[in-house]
Amino acid sequence: MSRLRPDLAVIAEHVAPGSRVLDVGCGDGALMAVLRDEKQVDARGMEIDPEAVEKCVARGLSAVQGDADRDLADYPDDAFDYAVLSQTLQTAERPDLMLAELLRIGRKAFVSFPNFAHWRMRASLLWHGRMPVTRHLPVSWYETQNIHHVTVTDFRQLLADKGVRVERSWFFSGDTQLGPLGANWRAEYAVYLLSR
Amino acid sequence: MATALASTSSNLRLAHPLALDSGQALDRVTIAYETYGELAADKTNAILVHHALTGDQHLASPHPITGKPGWWDRMVGPGKPIDTHRFHVICANVIGSCMGSTGPASEAADGTPYGMRFPVITIRDMVRAQVALLDALGIGRLHAVVGGSMGGMQALSLAANFPERAARVLAIAASARHSAQNIAFHEVGRQAIMADPAWQGGAYYGTGRTPDKGLAVARMAAHITYLSEAGLTDKFGRRLQDRQARSFGFDADFQVESYLRHQGISFTERFDANSYLYITRAMDYFDLAEEHGGRLADAFAGTPARFCVVSFDTDWLYPTAESRAVVHALNAAAAPVSFVELKAPHGHDSFLLEVPALDRVVAGFLNG
Repeated sequence: MSRLRPDLAVIAEHVAPGSRVLDVGCGDGALMAVLRDEKQVDARGMEIDPEAVEKCVARGLSAVQGDADRDLADYPDDAFDYAVLSQTLQTAERPDLMLAELLRIGRKAFVSFPNFAHWRMRASLLWHGRMPVTRHLPVSWYETQNIHHVTVTDFRQLLADKGVRVERSWFFSGDTQLGPLGANWRAEYAVYLLSR
Repeated sequence: MATALASTSSNLRLAHPLALDSGQALDRVTIAYETYGELAADKTNAILVHHALTGDQHLASPHPITGKPGWWDRMVGPGKPIDTHRFHVICANVIGSCMGSTGPASEAADGTPYGMRFPVITIRDMVRAQVALLDALGIGRLHAVVGGSMGGMQALSLAANFPERAARVLAIAASARHSAQNIAFHEVGRQAIMADPAWQGGAYYGTGRTPDKGLAVARMAAHITYLSEAGLTDKFGRRLQDRQARSFGFDADFQVESYLRHQGISFTERFDANSYLYITRAMDYFDLAEEHGGRLADAFAGTPARFCVVSFDTDWLYPTAESRAVVHALNAAAAPVSFVELKAPHGHDSFLLEVPALDRVVAGFLNG
């Protein structure tokens, strides 16, 4: 796949060709463009930043300016084969409700998120007593958009509580893919493929 | 400044009467239109631009009465967002108007102007006339249909009623229906015209008197709705017009009064009052959902077109919520749609003015 962020590359690799995909928080359309060009996917995006939407439109992509906390309700049930939410869950007003929306609109959902239980995070809190600022969460506590920090274990628990099925999961440290063992310590971020 | 863009002015007489939503038919319909750029041999590079309420076919060529540049001169031309090097751009005067297409000032079968005998028309009727024009030009499927304000309503109407005729649909600062507030403002304008004794029941043609006062007031009221409150404040504030102190009278003390009066008067030099009545009526009747069984998504069911919907954050005439309703319906119809609310200070009129982000969206959508 093209030079996508590793979590997006994993998603692009595992989307079925010719499927319908909604990319929630699609940014400038990097994932949608790859899906369209390399997998003949009918990709649609939602993005809160009008300048990013503009870039999508200029690439011939279909993106709607919207707030995922509010505007996912506009989409009918089963409108897509996949709903994608990359690195955005932790910014949602209610991550649990957003997850439910993704799996209402899409038959399956890809969700990626930074793991707040990565050992560097733990070390920062334990040794310095400071909210961590790392390469994956580079913004200070007072200006971060991440209002619901989540760990791999928390996420697994949410899925279990909601009866969501895990189809596959991938864990990363930097660009390196890790095995699932000790993921809640070792993974900087995780990607899940979920179904109802 | 740029050299004048080569354009072709033409008139088409429709061969058949035009069936109207009212149940009536309009006979001997003339459509005045302009074209820019060359039509490709396979006729696939045509873009139809619909004009707004008081607009006309002079999209990117000087207005014959005012001499001012075309109303979308900044958007249409060689190398501009709607690039006439690439596209064959067509803009037709809507029926009911007064710039060459058949309207209330045109001659009826008895050789005298229609006046109020002109049938009440709808947005869909305007679109039907333009589709008849496309038929006559041999253009089956447009590369895109584009419009702002009432032009956007026509673009949506064309997409809903003639889904095979356009591959792309771009609706800017538009709405799928007229709200109570929209109708209310139009009614103020119509009442101002009809209250002018010079209106004479609409039969003022050839009497030497025209309802300029009424039409000017209608334009003044409407003009306020095209601007944002902040825009008016920026431009005029409470500043006085050519005087140091208030006159304690009813002259145009304030700059904003003087400006509106000027807008009203200059409008009467280029527009027919009866056309204003008929076109505002058509807009008020517009409700795309109602035409399709009450559900807007059904208007777009199975559409093969790609859509782009644009609103402006300061537009309170057709606010973003109206555009979102269109987007919602298009999503429900599984149509590929892009939507963006652009920041622009000018209110509804932003679609006509300098908004660089709009240029990028228009160019991107048409080329994508």
